[in-house]
Amino acid sequence: MLEQQLLNALTLGSVYALFALGFTLVFGVLAVINLSHGAVFMVGSYAALALVTHFDAPLWLAILGAMLISGTIGLLVDVLILKPLRARNAPHLIPMIATIGVGIMLTSAAQGMFGAEVLRFPEETLPAGEFIVGNVHVRALELAIVAIAFILMAVLFTLIKRTQLGRALRAIAESPKAAWLLGINVEGLFHVTSFVAAALGGVAGVLIGLDFNAITPQMGQPILHKGIAVIILGGMGDIRGALIGGLFLGFAEVISKAYLSSQMGDAVAFGLLFLILLVRPSGLFGRKLERKA
Amino acid sequence: MSVLLRVRDLAVAYGHIEAVKGLTFHLNTGEITALVGANGAGKSTTLLALSGLLKPARGKIEFDGEDITALPAHQIVKRGVVQVAEGRAILTTLTVAENLVLGAYTRTDKAEIAASLDEVYALFPRLKDRADQFAGNLSGGEQQMLAIGRALMAKPKLLLLDEPSMGLAPIMVQEIFRTLVEINRRGLTILLVEQNVRQALKIARHGYVIETGEIVLADSGENLLANPKVEEAYLGG
Ligand SMILES: Nc1ncnc2c1ncn2[C@@H]1O[C@H](COP(=O)(O)OP(=O)(O)O)[C@@H](O)[C@H]1O
Ligand SMILES: [Mg+2]
Repeated sequence: MLEQQLLNALTLGSVYALFALGFTLVFGVLAVINLSHGAVFMVGSYAALALVTHFDAPLWLAILGAMLISGTIGLLVDVLILKPLRARNAPHLIPMIATIGVGIMLTSAAQGMFGAEVLRFPEETLPAGEFIVGNVHVRALELAIVAIAFILMAVLFTLIKRTQLGRALRAIAESPKAAWLLGINVEGLFHVTSFVAAALGGVAGVLIGLDFNAITPQMGQPILHKGIAVIILGGMGDIRGALIGGLFLGFAEVISKAYLSSQMGDAVAFGLLFLILLVRPSGLFGRKLERKA
Repeated sequence: MSVLLRVRDLAVAYGHIEAVKGLTFHLNTGEITALVGANGAGKSTTLLALSGLLKPARGKIEFDGEDITALPAHQIVKRGVVQVAEGRAILTTLTVAENLVLGAYTRTDKAEIAASLDEVYALFPRLKDRADQFAGNLSGGEQQMLAIGRALMAKPKLLLLDEPSMGLAPIMVQEIFRTLVEINRRGLTILLVEQNVRQALKIARHGYVIETGEIVLADSGENLLANPKVEEAYLGG
């Protein structure tokens, strides 16, 4: 029934939004399409799983640990790969290709360490409990997923909108040169942004891993494509757009799977996206993509 | 008269092409100094090097007795060298108030920052009226006021201005220059880069004329205004 599907859609959509938020943040601030974001998402999932199964960490701690680990990978990618490319004024495609390489490396590493088969969180580590609201079965797990996603997004929105750090990030997004002249350590904030974005991607990975309770080395690939679609739909670099776009894709996917065709769900969702972009080529909140030097 | 900024043999290159070919000049504390020259002479390149956005090929920049040649841009701002870049570099997607607050990025003294904001609003009341508008919606003159106000929010010891008169109506140019004189009267040292040679030399105590990356004349503003060579090349005969 519809209410149950809407809850599923909200759960999935909020995770898509969280994933897309990190993705769009990096694009907005660093002007890089970081195609390792999907693999970082996958790493987050495995990191939480490893912390839960090998170190008996409680789930909340595993989530924090996963954020830290995936965030660190994001930071390393920026310091070791993107920074040298910036210093050489590499054209836009180069960092994008380099991050594809990072994605492949991370995927192979995960496969080497954990194998190619589907892994699952042990039942007893998941938040149990289920309650009934009207005629909807709400799992505590889903509630936790939605809550975590929305809390993190609210924190990020407040940070960007209200703090000096947030203003500095918006300044960089518009013009790194202007930002330097204001005394902003632009390179430093590139690192911070890379860490935060990857940490958000990592949490999204944990949440999806929990929701479907299935973790594989390849799980970053479909969500990467969805993330790209979401940030194009929302308007590249726009965080409101990532939120709305993520929720939209979640709803489109779940509803079309439930009511149109379980095989064609993704196709329908992407078809809708395509139609919207025909009407609004720069996305819902799209601005011009170029920025000043 | 103490020297605030001393530049020795500054050279800056884009790739293999030297745009600035060994400038030596200095700024006295508390004065307005003008650096004037035609389009493409190397004025902006010089200012960008002073701010640390371009790394000099050779030469030395000394500010307040300290060698700042190799410092990254954000630390130069923290030392008190603040630039209003060519074209103003207003952040159009931020509000006027956000632009101003961001100008104080290197400062942490909350109460004093609030006081600076009041001073800027007193200097440019129009900015206060438009505090919550996006800076992109301001007129050219208002954007220049915002750029100057934002630079003042950093509490500079030295203000570098790159062609503040560019693209402004004559009456607005007058207003901006009057404001610069007022800011200077309150004690701020200013390096004014201009193609509007007459206006700049009128308010400058000292001036340098730059041609294809080299300083060709250095004198008081007054003498330069009266110099036939300047007259012929820049003041239209
Ligand atoms: N980013 C750049 N790359 C290559 N050459 C440049 C660049 N910027 C300026 N130049 C060249 O350097 C010289 C000085 O330019 P500039 O400092 O902008 O002059 P001004 O500010 O006096 O008009 C010019 O010949 C200009 O074409
Ligand atoms: Mg110039």
